[in-house]
Amino acid sequence: MTPGSSRISLTLRIWRQENPGAAGAFQRYRLEAVSTDLSLLEALDQLNEGLISAGERPVTFEHDCREGICGSCGFLVNGQAHGPQTATSVCQLYLRQFSDGATLTLEPWRARAFPPIQDLAVERSSLDRLLAAGGYCSVNTGQAPDANALLVGQEQAASAFQTATCIGCGACVASCRNASASLFVAAKLAHLAQLPQGQPERRRRARAMQEQMAAEGFGSCSSNLECEAVCPQQISADWISWMRREDR
Amino acid sequence: MSALPDPRLPAGPIADAWRRTREELPLISPLRKRQLRVLVVGTGLAGASAAATLAEQGYRVTVLTYHDSPRRAHSVAAQGGINAARPMAVDGDSVSRLFADTLRGGDFRAREAGCMRLAELSSAIIDQCVAQGVPFAREYGGTLAPRSFGGALVSRTFYARGQTGQQLLYGATAALLRQVAAGRITLLPRRDVLELITVDGVARGVVARHLLTGELEVHSAQAVLLATGGYSNVYFLSTNALKSNATAIWRAHRQGALFANPCFTQIHPTCIPSGDPGQSKLTLMSESLRNDGRIWVPAIAGDGRPPQQIPEAERDYFLERLYPRYGNMAPRDLASRRARELCNAGHGVGAGGRSVYLDLRDAIAEQGRAVIGQRYGNLLEMYARISGDDPYAAPLRIYPAPHYTMGGLWVDYQLMSSLPGLFVLGEANFSEHGANRLGASALMQGLADGYFIAPAAVTAWLAGHPTPAVAADHPACRQALDQARGRITALLAVNGSRPVDAFHRELGELMIEHCGISRTAEGLRAGLAAVAALERRFSAEVRVPGTAAGPNPELEKALRLADFLALAQLMLRDALAREESCGAHFREEHQTPEGEASRDDARFAHIAAWEYRGDGAEPRRLAEPLRYTALQPSARSYR
Repeated sequence: MTPGSSRISLTLRIWRQENPGAAGAFQRYRLEAVSTDLSLLEALDQLNEGLISAGERPVTFEHDCREGICGSCGFLVNGQAHGPQTATSVCQLYLRQFSDGATLTLEPWRARAFPPIQDLAVERSSLDRLLAAGGYCSVNTGQAPDANALLVGQEQAASAFQTATCIGCGACVASCRNASASLFVAAKLAHLAQLPQGQPERRRRARAMQEQMAAEGFGSCSSNLECEAVCPQQISADWISWMRREDR
Repeated sequence: MSALPDPRLPAGPIADAWRRTREELPLISPLRKRQLRVLVVGTGLAGASAAATLAEQGYRVTVLTYHDSPRRAHSVAAQGGINAARPMAVDGDSVSRLFADTLRGGDFRAREAGCMRLAELSSAIIDQCVAQGVPFAREYGGTLAPRSFGGALVSRTFYARGQTGQQLLYGATAALLRQVAAGRITLLPRRDVLELITVDGVARGVVARHLLTGELEVHSAQAVLLATGGYSNVYFLSTNALKSNATAIWRAHRQGALFANPCFTQIHPTCIPSGDPGQSKLTLMSESLRNDGRIWVPAIAGDGRPPQQIPEAERDYFLERLYPRYGNMAPRDLASRRARELCNAGHGVGAGGRSVYLDLRDAIAEQGRAVIGQRYGNLLEMYARISGDDPYAAPLRIYPAPHYTMGGLWVDYQLMSSLPGLFVLGEANFSEHGANRLGASALMQGLADGYFIAPAAVTAWLAGHPTPAVAADHPACRQALDQARGRITALLAVNGSRPVDAFHRELGELMIEHCGISRTAEGLRAGLAAVAALERRFSAEVRVPGTAAGPNPELEKALRLADFLALAQLMLRDALAREESCGAHFREEHQTPEGEASRDDARFAHIAAWEYRGDGAEPRRLAEPLRYTALQPSARSYR
């Protein structure tokens, strides 16, 4: 333990649902004296080790890299996507953010385009279908010109990078009252529209991705800006207004 | 198998050898390609780039990944950058220098022809990625802005903030999804590959478990490509993602694919140290931080003062002291070993004295907080979140962590394993990094394999082996299915009392102790006995809840750990048999009076390739000699 760490006890109210067809419900669990140096997912690991030893089904949640970059993890913590800390995914949420005795309610993303799987896990392949609709530059391997033939100003490159950092976690959708994927789509359109490589397919891409968004059952933008507030990569919702002008 | 297959190395000078080889490889007409199916396992840089390129060429491609989306493969977490020798550099860089750095960095335990090919392809990779829209850092004038990286004296590392792997992966997976939309790639997410199907010693497909339904599926094809990453998770605590595993390569090994240099594992010097026993992973801080950070420990052992109160004269900037030419940029293995030695000698700081300082104080004073923030902002934020400390106010605490495995399935110059029809790409093969990988070279190798080498090599193989894919009810498929089902049934039937993670944590402790930064014959033998005992306890005491049907993450973990337990023993054996120190493999019995690695070219200038000979039987060690024409082995010296 590092000098500033300590131990706390938490009550977890977790959404348990065996399968998509089953009725789900919250269940309460206690975690006693866990180190505040652990992440919330590591606390769930501890809970699961206990459940397994007791012969119960462990809690299913998505996770992998545990350093905030793969985008696998994500659920609501007390109603907030990825929890109370800004600019992080839930794997980077450490228990030192919570006070001793706190109750945390954990529930899955809820959106028509994200069907439930089990407990805190949902299916997000709809996001990949949005990208498949046009989120790329059509260049086959071996056709590329010299990289320095395409000059990109430093600020322009930095801004394109910022929009390209979206990790595809789905928090923007889960936090939107219309379950819109507008921030996800706008970020991809903005990434490629800011670069010379993205110009030839710019209009087609904008149209195709927005049409796919409607086809997948994502709603329209609710203009509540919750998406921007919960985005682990802090992608600005200004890009949604920008997108409105993009497909004309 | 009595001898190694021919590594098919190019004849003549190694410069330009790949172009000459490629020009002689047979081709297949685009129309014919549409009738051929290729299976790609894994969607990291190597898998995604290979799948996209093969599909662009016309092949029907099936892609399997255990993730819900190809974008989540662990390449996404690579922070620092990608090496490339670009023409017109004025700092004296060139293809031959990148070649030499790669070979020297690997301590002359890689094939020179492979290293040269990597250096030659490196520039075209950058072109390809930029054309896809990868937003690399740029100069004000709009040209690419590379930087320098560990183990190199030139600026040849191209980067996108601290998220280079993410940006390269999104370029490759976007190319993959474009082919999904075009109908040329069948993308099958949430599949764990559990067995390789072989017919008459030729790879013909895989058995996969659908992770939501639990159903076992047969996927057959005319060629199988494994791009399934490395096995650092054998150490439990590593920088790898939690699901990264060795099952696909280990199962292929059991079917006859040789496993090369399993003991060559890289321990990365700049990671956030471990604290609580419940910690699930170690997080890497890109070593690009070493460009501006100075690494030090208190000169007085056991000095308990906060870092700010330790005067300059009482700080030991040990890398600058020991390696005046490279300083804080000394290669990863040296930096890791020196940190471990100093911590063992009582100079360590932080929890349990298991970390050293990486100090940005001087860089902030010289260049300003804004510049440092722009360069490393996201890394420093991550550090603050995980550690709870402010890296602008106090030095970061870092410690080495398992990060990358140079070992992997043996492949020839055309990336084909010793099992015909089975190609192995990226970190999953043993390839060009020798005994130690240079910083920013993993991304280069993964993409060289996927975009450029595998597509040419797979085509050449298929041109000569046009056998149709086997039917799903072929006896070989049924046998592989039965094997996978048998393993699942056996694990569920144990019904013991301890969860999988408890065994995995134990395995990790044994491996880091006996087969980590520093190794001895005695320790390796003890490790071998202890892991074998742990394997027996695992199969008698593990508790895997639930059933074979439906989602069962614990069953997934148990299947992976069973293979890690077997692989761990091969790593220990390999480390024991290699009685020399080279690169990241440091045997305490083999060191110079100054404590540097003592390589034995007379006895060990070879690749060790292990043959599986049945459960309980001793594996056989084969040797592929390494020959050098372009650069003669010299003692590796960074002093």
